[in-house]
Amino acid sequence: MMSEIPGDLKFQKTHEWVRIEDDGSARIGISDHAQGLLGDLVYVELPKVGDTLEAGTGCAVIESVKAASDVYAPVSGEVIAVNDALADAPETINADAFGEGWLCRVKLSDPGELDALLSPDDYAELVASDEH
Amino acid sequence: MSKQTILNATHRAAGAKMVDFGGWDMPLHYGSQIEEHHAVRRDAGMFDVSHMTAIDMRGVRCREFLGHLLANSVGKLKQPGKALYSCMLNEHGGVVDDLITYFASDADFRTVVNAATRDKDLAWLNRQARPFGVAVIERPDLAMLAVQGPNARARVLALVDPADRGRVEKLGRFYSTAAHGLGGVPWFVARTGYTGEDGFEIHLANEHAVVLWQALAAAGVHPAGLGARDTLRLEAGMNLYGQDMTEEVTPWEAGLAWTVALDAGRDFIGRAALEKQKADGVPREMIGLVMDERGVLRHGQRVITDAGAGQILSGIFSPTLGKAIAFARVPAGAHANLRVDIRGRELPVRRVKYPFVRDGKPCEGV
Repeated sequence: MMSEIPGDLKFQKTHEWVRIEDDGSARIGISDHAQGLLGDLVYVELPKVGDTLEAGTGCAVIESVKAASDVYAPVSGEVIAVNDALADAPETINADAFGEGWLCRVKLSDPGELDALLSPDDYAELVASDEH
Repeated sequence: MSKQTILNATHRAAGAKMVDFGGWDMPLHYGSQIEEHHAVRRDAGMFDVSHMTAIDMRGVRCREFLGHLLANSVGKLKQPGKALYSCMLNEHGGVVDDLITYFASDADFRTVVNAATRDKDLAWLNRQARPFGVAVIERPDLAMLAVQGPNARARVLALVDPADRGRVEKLGRFYSTAAHGLGGVPWFVARTGYTGEDGFEIHLANEHAVVLWQALAAAGVHPAGLGARDTLRLEAGMNLYGQDMTEEVTPWEAGLAWTVALDAGRDFIGRAALEKQKADGVPREMIGLVMDERGVLRHGQRVITDAGAGQILSGIFSPTLGKAIAFARVPAGAHANLRVDIRGRELPVRRVKYPFVRDGKPCEGV
């Protein structure tokens, strides 16, 4: 039950996605494949607005019925918004990982980092090779 | 190479997410663990528990043997069909395993032990049974299905041979009987389970299990995986071997004092050690915890109390309560100001009596 991967996303190998918004900020989430691996989500611990994220380091914790998993920031920058709705409804990520289930928005400190991320096709290939 | 139950292909065809459990390839869930949990609490769900080990014990001294083996008293098994939950202990009072024993006749009992402990349990049973001349007969030819939930019994009864239906319907809680099911297939059916809900556990020959599973599914019984089984049993306040108790822990320290019978003149394995620990004072106890803060209690987290440190044993996010619950082992007498260390933060938790959930609803004080 993989949903279509939107073409405007970039991915980190550890299953986080980034979408560049019209204002140049980056919206961050986890992939539909990742939520499927985790199972039903029951708790999300988000960064705070004003926190500084560093690419490749932990920025959030997502807990499913099975386990707690770290989310690694795919880009560096200052957190300018978080998805507060997840506190009461973490299952939103299960239902819509690429949309309503976003985690936070970041003001990029180094847009060049985006070049190191995977395209949707490359990410789809990585996921497919994971499954075989 | 992991072992497969007879229903393995059926689980896979239903889209189950499979995991290794005690050396068996078993369904964790069929899509949503939480939906399966609710289905059992509100309607009816079914679990393939064929990975568990059914063992028949036969011999004229069988009752005497079980009196020696089990910490609970086999003397409570007076009427044929009655079941007994017990631990079997080692000489130090540590828990070798927990098991259910069904009484068929004085020379014929069946027990079901955990999957992960199969090898050591069979070795232990054989060793202990030998002096009594009791035969220990594993039953890998049997599949086991647990059908649980407020509507579970009605759904199963509709599949029982009409000649046996009234008798199975009248079966009391914690009783078992032989009956004929769908198509005249012989069943062993017990009104037992591991979810806190009413229901039946059915043992039948492997070759008939898939047909029964499909008939139950067609009758609206929801397949449920090991994930839901774990959250259901913890809400119901039931221990899990390996997590809540081990050979290093006595029943006194695992919330299982209610399963120990110190009846006069019965010399069961581990009794002397249990009596000594009771006289000396039991240093640790198992308690129920609820966390009102957001987050999840999990196995291995550190519990901080005014009486010293403890540890979370089984911990989950409870789908029925919408918050985290757990069993913890703590120094005896830890009542107030309890906290759990979650990723370096100390979050307050409340000690509560368990079960946490009964008849589908939160228990008082939880």
